[in-house]
Amino acid sequence: MTAILTATLVIAAVGALAALALAVADRYLAVREDPRIGLVTAALPGANCGGCGFAGCGDYARALVAGTAAPGACAPGGDAANSEIAKILGVAAEATERRVALVKCCGTRSEAIRVGDYNGICDCAAAAATAGGDKGCRYGCLGYGACANVCPKHAIRIEDGLAIVDKRLCVGCGKCVSVCPRRLIELVPASATIHVLCNNPVRGPEVTKVCGVGCIGCRLCEKNSGGKEAGHFTFNGFLAHVNYENPPADATLVAKCPRKCIKEDPHFEAGV
Amino acid sequence: MRYFVIIVGAVLVNNFVLNRFLGCCPFLGVSKKTETALGMSGAVVFVMTVASAVTWCLDHFLLAPLGLGYIHTLAFILVIAALVQFIDIAMKRFMPPLHAALGIFLPLITTNCAVLGVAELNCKNGTPFLESVLFSFAAALGFGFALVLFSGIREKLALADPPRCFRGVALALVTAGLLSLAFMGFNGLVKTPY
Repeated sequence: MTAILTATLVIAAVGALAALALAVADRYLAVREDPRIGLVTAALPGANCGGCGFAGCGDYARALVAGTAAPGACAPGGDAANSEIAKILGVAAEATERRVALVKCCGTRSEAIRVGDYNGICDCAAAAATAGGDKGCRYGCLGYGACANVCPKHAIRIEDGLAIVDKRLCVGCGKCVSVCPRRLIELVPASATIHVLCNNPVRGPEVTKVCGVGCIGCRLCEKNSGGKEAGHFTFNGFLAHVNYENPPADATLVAKCPRKCIKEDPHFEAGV
Repeated sequence: MRYFVIIVGAVLVNNFVLNRFLGCCPFLGVSKKTETALGMSGAVVFVMTVASAVTWCLDHFLLAPLGLGYIHTLAFILVIAALVQFIDIAMKRFMPPLHAALGIFLPLITTNCAVLGVAELNCKNGTPFLESVLFSFAAALGFGFALVLFSGIREKLALADPPRCFRGVALALVTAGLLSLAFMGFNGLVKTPY
């Protein structure tokens, strides 16, 4: 009987001591955190996407409270989260436009010419490193899904050898932008609807050799949207690029592009 | 010389994971990246060394004099769990950089079987204090060594194209088995005291 009693008492005493030690430690050793850190963390969406440039929502919240970061860098949270944070911190919120990823290529398997067979590791970087990949166009989407694999929201899928972003799911964290070996993904304002889906800046004849829908830099889109003065398009070599500071709104541009590489809101549609 | 034999014995010959099969869950769980494997190893080395010192004192100064040796497993679990929580709090206050590196792994190894196993072994073998702590430190080093080796292999294997039925955990278990077989080669390298 005494044996049971001693055992019970000893274990109870050890447990009580441990509990006491933890209670004391929690009371006197605990790190006092600014209570605003918790509030800001709660206001952030908790996606931990890293789009703001910090390791996660907690890190961004700490930087915000410390004053080393400004509100407005959180793309997934959008205006709602940013104004909430600004209210907690007592600073003025800047309205931010939601940005989404755009894959600037529309060279599907039927349109873009393949110059070889690639049977290696199913990854864009590996394919690009193997003699430049199987696609004839050195600037186009390889379609091995490096961006889809890295997307925290599963907003990118591969269809017909092409990455397609679902605008509704994309939070604009920019992970796909940095992982793409061809650097053809760009963050664009979510409100823009007309896009040039090509990334090939070389001369027209070179482009037409490798792709049925590559931009040849004919500048018809610029002419049809009010000329150079209107400033809806910029040109890099023989490649048109939408000026997202001043995007065109005229949907007839889509039908007027002779190469069919200007698309209206490709994000929603299956198969561009 | 005796201490050297203890270290070689615990790291290579009687490796905790690959020979005694203790601590298999972190071995399989956090071995996908070498970076996290290193963090986990650091946390295990720290906790196992401190925990063995504390449990040795508990066993020799409280349980053994009262004739309660049979209850040590229960007492060890209790003390180690509280100790790890305490270290977590204290480290956050006094050593923030170390806490940032090891912090997330500390709660994971609260009552890890390797940590409890080393306390049990020390108790069973009746080793003196210094040897117990050294043995625990070396055993944790061996655990970390195996974990880092394994994570290196798994990082390479992630690029391989195995048959469908072998993908994921199956291949990890096969790899662990092969690594364990390789460590069998160290058998008889030194005559270990325990």
